[in-house]
Amino acid sequence: MSITPRVENAGIDAWTVRFSDRIDPANRAWITAFCRECRSAFGEALVDLVPSYTTVLVQYDPWQLTDAASRGLLRHILEHLAPDDAAEGGRLVDIPVWYDVRVGPELALIAERTGWSQQQVAEAHAATEYQVFALGFVPGFAFMGLVEPALATPRLATPRQRVPQGSIAIAERQTSAYPRVTPGGWNLIGRTPVTLFDANREPMTLLEAGDQVRFVPVEHERFIELGGDPTPVEEDAE
Amino acid sequence: MTPTGALCVKKAGPQALLQDAGRFGVRHLGMTQGGPMDWHAAGWANALLGNAHGAPVLEIAIGGLSLVAESGTTLALCGADLAATLNGQPLAPWQRFEVGKGDQLAFELPRAGLRAYLAVPGGWLGEASLGSIACVPREGMGGHKGGGHPLESGDRLRFPQKAPTGHPVEAMVPDAHRVDYRQPAHLGLIPGGQVTAFDGYSLYEAFNREWTLDTRADRMGIRLTGPELVCHQSSMISEGIPAGAVQVPADGQPICLMSDRQTIGGYPRLGTLTPLARARLAQCPAGHPVFLRACGIRAAQKAWLRTISGSRSRIDRTFCS
Repeated sequence: MSITPRVENAGIDAWTVRFSDRIDPANRAWITAFCRECRSAFGEALVDLVPSYTTVLVQYDPWQLTDAASRGLLRHILEHLAPDDAAEGGRLVDIPVWYDVRVGPELALIAERTGWSQQQVAEAHAATEYQVFALGFVPGFAFMGLVEPALATPRLATPRQRVPQGSIAIAERQTSAYPRVTPGGWNLIGRTPVTLFDANREPMTLLEAGDQVRFVPVEHERFIELGGDPTPVEEDAE
Repeated sequence: MTPTGALCVKKAGPQALLQDAGRFGVRHLGMTQGGPMDWHAAGWANALLGNAHGAPVLEIAIGGLSLVAESGTTLALCGADLAATLNGQPLAPWQRFEVGKGDQLAFELPRAGLRAYLAVPGGWLGEASLGSIACVPREGMGGHKGGGHPLESGDRLRFPQKAPTGHPVEAMVPDAHRVDYRQPAHLGLIPGGQVTAFDGYSLYEAFNREWTLDTRADRMGIRLTGPELVCHQSSMISEGIPAGAVQVPADGQPICLMSDRQTIGGYPRLGTLTPLARARLAQCPAGHPVFLRACGIRAAQKAWLRTISGSRSRIDRTFCS
């Protein structure tokens, strides 16, 4: 794969480096390599790196570096950049999931649409190994993909006011797990007992951009053993 | 343990938060940056006391705050004029002043600007989360007592009590560095992002028509209302958002993304406000007139350096006692 990354201004102290114009798991090898090179080349002058699906936002300290100097560093990194080998890429993380319509009401919706059983929908979701494209929305919320086309489901017309912590969800061809209770419009299909974000843990987030994720179906009993909360999803009042 | 002094919160007001420079190096995990909305006023509050540029300051939004000193100290107040009083006597911003034990410091309502910054020698003490005490209630991070809690009545705002080492020469911010928040805000915007995907006439309007600050404005983002901007690119793949990014959702009304913005977003952007523009916007109340003007990156960086040097260079200056 050959790429021609573009460097676009994002203000006086940041650049958007664009690797591709489409979501593609192959972007990861370039983005992880680029982030690593940035950390080493910018050193103390690096303020933040925000990788996403196709881009990395590089924020630097303009008190230490001029825009010309920062641009020069980026040019140098990009000229010599080689994608990471797949083997060097992210970790593989297993996430246990209790797929059940009580904690994942849209299992029924997706089953109806696909003509599959709820069990088959769950199996199809768990059969794919997903990539974490980016973290955002709330701390530790990982945007993962790509979900098998048959399971792709548009966001709810009216978002729920309260999505329970640990909810496993689908939106279009992406999937995620809610790190904490929050409003949300994704389709819920199950729940995980694992903690996705804890500010007092090192690392704080279970997942990072570039990781590979497998959802492992567990029965109700195992879900409880692992500390899961089986409280059914409460629907908002009409 | 270093001895500490404190101000006691009698009345908390709408929102008062401790802010340092911000929380850095964690945005890839989905955590926001935080930090003062108006870095210029916050920087000067610190500079008047010889503090480091990003030392923790109290950001007081709108007013309504009332504090009582449990021990004497020097303070500095910069930014908005929130009709502050010290023991009932008017107290103007942009200056350093002394408080004694039992003194009452109160903030009423905004007369000019929206956010005032109160600094203390050495910076306010708080509970750091991930290396920063920047208070982000939404994420439960930082603040004077941790957990992202804003000031509440009965709380104590603590500061380090050291032997006085003297203060910088200036006790007041020079006139040239003060901002008249009553004037319309002229904001420099560095075109970027998806600016080329906007309709030509919309771009003309964006930079030539008057915008009005919407009531939907907070530390995450500030909406502007005005002509409906048309972008030919309706959806895009989410990407990292810099401070000051001006995004335009489908309703054509821009949202300027501020200190507590989400880390990534998928609306097309006109570009990025300059740091000075961001600081200025932070002081605009709802209904305030705003004008956008296109600005080059070099010119913006120079203007920023010139401005920040005004306060930052004083830190290393000779102190007088």
